[in-house]
Amino acid sequence: MSAKKLPEHPDWLWRNPDPKPTYDAIVVGGGGHGIATAYYLARNHGITNVAVLEKGWLAGGNMARNTTIIRSNYLWDESAAIYEFALKQWELLPAELDYDFLFSQRGVLNLAHTLQDVREGNRRVNANKLNGVDAEWLEPDEVAKVCPIVNISRDVRYPVLGATFQPRAGIAKHDHVAWAFARAADRLGVDFIQNCEVVDFLTDGDRVVGVRTTRGDIHSGTVGLAAAGHSSVLAAKAGFRLPVQSHPLQALVSELHEPVHPTVVMSNHVHVYVSQAHKGELVMGAGIDAYNGYGQRGSFHVIEHQMAAALELFPIFARAHVLRTWGGIVDVSPDASPIIGCTPVEGLYVNCGWGTGGFKATPASGWTMAHTMATGEPHPLNKPFALERFISGALIDEHGAAAVAH
Amino acid sequence: MLLLTCPWCGPRDETEYHYGGQAHVAYPANPAELSDEEWAEYLFFRDNPKGPFAERWVHSTGCRRWFNVVRDTVTYEVLAVYGPHDPRPELAAGDPR
Ligand SMILES: Cc1cc2nc3c(=O)[nH]c(=O)nc-3n(C[C@H](O)[C@H](O)[C@H](O)COP(=O)(O)OP(=O)(O)OC[C@H]3O[C@@H](n4cnc5c(N)ncnc54)[C@H](O)[C@@H]3O)c2cc1C
Ligand SMILES: [Zn+2]
Repeated sequence: MSAKKLPEHPDWLWRNPDPKPTYDAIVVGGGGHGIATAYYLARNHGITNVAVLEKGWLAGGNMARNTTIIRSNYLWDESAAIYEFALKQWELLPAELDYDFLFSQRGVLNLAHTLQDVREGNRRVNANKLNGVDAEWLEPDEVAKVCPIVNISRDVRYPVLGATFQPRAGIAKHDHVAWAFARAADRLGVDFIQNCEVVDFLTDGDRVVGVRTTRGDIHSGTVGLAAAGHSSVLAAKAGFRLPVQSHPLQALVSELHEPVHPTVVMSNHVHVYVSQAHKGELVMGAGIDAYNGYGQRGSFHVIEHQMAAALELFPIFARAHVLRTWGGIVDVSPDASPIIGCTPVEGLYVNCGWGTGGFKATPASGWTMAHTMATGEPHPLNKPFALERFISGALIDEHGAAAVAH
Repeated sequence: MLLLTCPWCGPRDETEYHYGGQAHVAYPANPAELSDEEWAEYLFFRDNPKGPFAERWVHSTGCRRWFNVVRDTVTYEVLAVYGPHDPRPELAAGDPR
C-alpha cells in the first residue's frame, strides 16, 4: 500500500473548544434552531459568551434529515407572521452570512384533490394575501405550466383540481445552512461544544443556575432548550411536562436524475411532497409514523405509501429507484404549532413543538428565542406561541389548515 | 413494520392496527370542577418517555377491539400486551420477553 500523506485538512468552519465553567447563556441542542439562537444572541443582543451544547455533532439531528422545504403560506395570522419573517430572513441570509447555501426560490405548489381541498386552498390564498404572503390559486392547466411533470389527467383516483402556489417558497441545503450560521456565530465568540450531552439541570430554588453534562457541570442563569425530538426528555429532568409527542418522520431520495422537477410539489390528500435537489436526487417525504418513537427510524409501509402517492402524481418517476431512506425524531404539538417561551423554571426557556415543519422557520426560531432569552420576555412574533395557550385555549391550529405541515 | 399481537387474533402486521397514544388516561371523574390547568393536563399533556411506554392500539381491520401494549420507544420492542382494563404489568429488568 502506498503511504502517501493525506492532504492537510481544510480550515474548520468553527473552533472545537472545551467548555468553560460559566457562560452568560447556554443553548441545549446544536441543530438549526440552537445554532441560530446562539447566532442571534450574539448578533442582535451582543451576548457573545454563549455555549451551544450538542450531544452528538452539530446538525446531526433533524437539521440534516429534513426535506428542506421553505414556505410561509400558513393559514393563521400568528403563523403567517412568524414564517413570513423567516422567509424574509432567508432572502437576506446568504449575503449576511457570506455563504451560498443554495437557497432556491423555485416556488411551492400545494395540490387540491377534493372539493374540500379546493375551498381550503382558496381560503388560505386569501388569508395569505391579507397577511402580505405571496399566494395564488392555480387551475389544473396552470399547475401543468408551473410543473409539467405533474399528472393532471382527470382519469386518476385523486385528480388534481387545482393548487395554491407560493412563488417565493423553495428549498435550501440544510447542512450548509447550519454550517453558515455556526461559522458566523463562532466568529462572534460562541462556543460550540460537541459530544456534550445535558443529563440534568442545576437549580437554586425555582431558578436554573446551570446544567450537568457528560463533560462536567457548566453554569449559567440563562438556559434555552432547542432539543427538538428530545424536548420532553429534558423537560422531565427539569421537572415539568410539555404537550408534545415524539414521532419518527421518514424521508427518502432517489438516485441522481437530469433536472425534471422545477418546483416543490406537496399534496396533503395523497400525502407526499417532492422536490429535486440541486445534485439531482428526487427528495420525498410523507407523514409521521403513528407511534411514539425515539429510534430515528420508522416502518416501511409508510415509505411504500408515500411512493404510491408520488407515482400517482408523477408517472414519470416509475423507473426511479429508492436510494436511501432515513428518519428523524419530530416533536409534534397538539395544534401543529411551535412552543417558544418561558417554562415553570425561572431562567429556563423552551423552543420546541416544530414537529414536521421547523426547518423553514430556522431564522425566526433563532431570532425570537434569542430575544426571549436575552430579555426574559417574548418577542411579539413568539408571544402567541407560549406554553400558556394550552391552558387559555388560544390554540393556533395549523393541522390541515396549513396544507401539509412540512 | 411492527408486528403486534392482538390478544384476541394473534400476531398481525402494524398496518392492521391504529394507534391510540398513552394508555391509562382516565376521563376526569369530576369534569365540572376542573380548573383550566387541569383541563389542559387532561386534553393536551401526555407522557413522552424515551424507553418503556404503556400505549393503546386498536385492531381496526381485525376484531376492532382496543388493547394495551408496553413498548420500548427506542428499540420499538414490544415488552407486554394486556387487556384494556388490566393494570400496567410490572416489568422487571431482564424479564423474558
Ligand atoms: C424527515 C424529515 C423531513 C422534514 N422536512 C421538513 C421540511 O421539508 N421543511 C421544514 O420546514 N421542516 C422539515 N422538517 C422538520 C425540521 O427538520 C425540524 O422542525 C427542525 O430541524 C427542528 O429544529 P432543529 O434543527 O434545531 O432540530 P435538531 O437538528 O433535531 O436539533 C436538536 C439537537 O438537540 C440535540 N440534543 C437532544 N438532546 C440533547 C441533550 N440532552 N444534550 C445535548 N444535546 C441534545 C440533538 O442531538 C440534536 O442535534 C423535517 C423533519 C424530518 C425528520
Ligand atoms: Zn384482533
